[in-house]
Amino acid sequence: MRSIPHSPLEPSARSKWFAGIVVIGYALVSLIPLAWIFMTSFRTPQDAIAYPPKVVAEQSLVGYVNLFTTRSRVSAEELAALPPPATWYEGLVREQQMILAGPSRFIDRYSNSLLIGFGSTLLSVVLGTLAAYAFSRFRVPGKDDLLFFILSTRMMPPIAVAIPIYLMFRHVGLNDTHFGLILLYTVVNLSLSVWLLKGFMDEIPREYEEAAMVDGYTRWQAFLKVVLPQAATGIATTSIFCLIFAWNEYAFALLLTSGSAQTSPPFIPTIIGEGGLDWPAMAAGTTLFLLPVLLFTVLLRKHLLRGVTFGAIRK
Amino acid sequence: MEGLALLSQEPPQVKHASFTGQRGLSDRALAWLFVGPTILLLLAFNIFPLLWTIWLSFTNFRANRPNADTAWVSISNYQRVLNDPAIWENMRATAHFLVASIALQLLLGFALALLLNKRFRSHSFWSTAILLPMMLAPAVVGTFWKYFFEPQYGIFNAIVNFLGGPGTFTMLGDTQLSPWAIVLVDTWMWTPYVMLLLLAGLRSIPPYLYEAAEIDRASAWTTFWRITLPMVLPFIILALLFRTIENFKMFDLVDQLTNGGPGSVTELASIKLKREAFEKWRTGYASALAIIMFVSIYGLSLVAVRFLDKVKQR
Repeated sequence: MRSIPHSPLEPSARSKWFAGIVVIGYALVSLIPLAWIFMTSFRTPQDAIAYPPKVVAEQSLVGYVNLFTTRSRVSAEELAALPPPATWYEGLVREQQMILAGPSRFIDRYSNSLLIGFGSTLLSVVLGTLAAYAFSRFRVPGKDDLLFFILSTRMMPPIAVAIPIYLMFRHVGLNDTHFGLILLYTVVNLSLSVWLLKGFMDEIPREYEEAAMVDGYTRWQAFLKVVLPQAATGIATTSIFCLIFAWNEYAFALLLTSGSAQTSPPFIPTIIGEGGLDWPAMAAGTTLFLLPVLLFTVLLRKHLLRGVTFGAIRK
Repeated sequence: MEGLALLSQEPPQVKHASFTGQRGLSDRALAWLFVGPTILLLLAFNIFPLLWTIWLSFTNFRANRPNADTAWVSISNYQRVLNDPAIWENMRATAHFLVASIALQLLLGFALALLLNKRFRSHSFWSTAILLPMMLAPAVVGTFWKYFFEPQYGIFNAIVNFLGGPGTFTMLGDTQLSPWAIVLVDTWMWTPYVMLLLLAGLRSIPPYLYEAAEIDRASAWTTFWRITLPMVLPFIILALLFRTIENFKMFDLVDQLTNGGPGSVTELASIKLKREAFEKWRTGYASALAIIMFVSIYGLSLVAVRFLDKVKQR
């Protein structure tokens, strides 16, 4: 076929160049915020508030030290009277005219996020796998209505059901508990997990299980030994999406936790310590919080579309 | 249009007579066993709270005084919500945010999708790079954008001024600029999402349509309006639907970025709801507002789903 200018099928070399430059330009600009947060996490508090902002600055780990510690301010005389710092990070604390007071709560909040994230992901993926298999293979009465009902629960604004959930949790003592948030995130993720996994299950040929059942497997054995291994990619993809949701969730965490079960999202904004200016510590916390999500996004890139549309679009 | 699995038909259910005499549980029992827990949990944590909210919206209950007498106040909470000029200000702020952010995201996202569809070298690497912001925690995004918007040392202000900006301006402290600050950050975060959907739409267009257009010597303009746009339209509507629902509910980003301020110019409906419910503890009033929001979102999605079906049938 003759080449025709502007053909959507075979773009000319010139239009490819143009497209490449514009898209790469957009990508670079949109990545500035992430790069800047990463760079800020390795700066000194003074450089982080320099005017005009510095592109190249002294590298320092003080943001990370401040993220993981609490400190108290001391006078110059007291500081001079102290024995030399025992560790490198204690030295960084001393340079700020402060002494080490103890560990901060960052590790607690980060482990809360991990525990609640993994706990709720496990539950919602197990329940979702069972329900998705049933919807994919069995005659469930009112199946379409049930599936629509499951999806519609996702449309509810979290703040709209937060009031009764807050009251319920207060009544049964689930406020500020890990179990409370695990349960809640499990439920919120169920719609995603059922819809995504049903899509993956629909793609597994039912002939495999049927052959296994002819060979004497029960339905349950066929499900465990034939379907589940086939669905491994789908289950992994769904798990990562559930994990990212639970990791990122803020509204319920803010309203239902305050102390021992608080997760990272409501905690990170509170890092900006003394004078509200400890941006490197906030940036360090943000960097450590975002890195796993960025890694998972790259791993998931082939399935992202599917995940963010509840399986509505597959390719 | 096989890309739209949501709209496609179910695979036919074949009943296998040979399996009815199986050992173990019957398929019907197993189906209920598998679906049951999910449905029960959703009833307990979605439907029950929703019904409770509806009940609360007809009372003067206050969650910070659980032991006080609760009176049935009929529809007066709804009357107060709908007659409150402040609520209409919140709704106006919400509408501004929705329209501006979604329009920008659709324009930018569609442009990026069209360009990425030219499949230049390394296009898949760059599309992954562009997608990164949408997976991040909105509340944390709000926190670090506050740093970029700092008038003295913020990188955003520095870049704008480097490009010839007005010198001193406070994105988050100015009643004119602050509504645009939330639009900007939301657009930064969610343009990738629209791009991803529309790129899938572009890739689902069967090549023979373009081949036919080339044989007919149709101009690029005609090809775009007669083939590309109509074929991508269901995806545009899907993107519109998802983004509208998400942004209507949106709470975390704005709560961190502006917390509704300055004053209440960025106080979206969801922020107002939090203030009424968890700061002023006007539980009944807040419940009425929550129900009004829920009904609007639900209605909006039903309309969009209908429209999607219609487009698909053409």
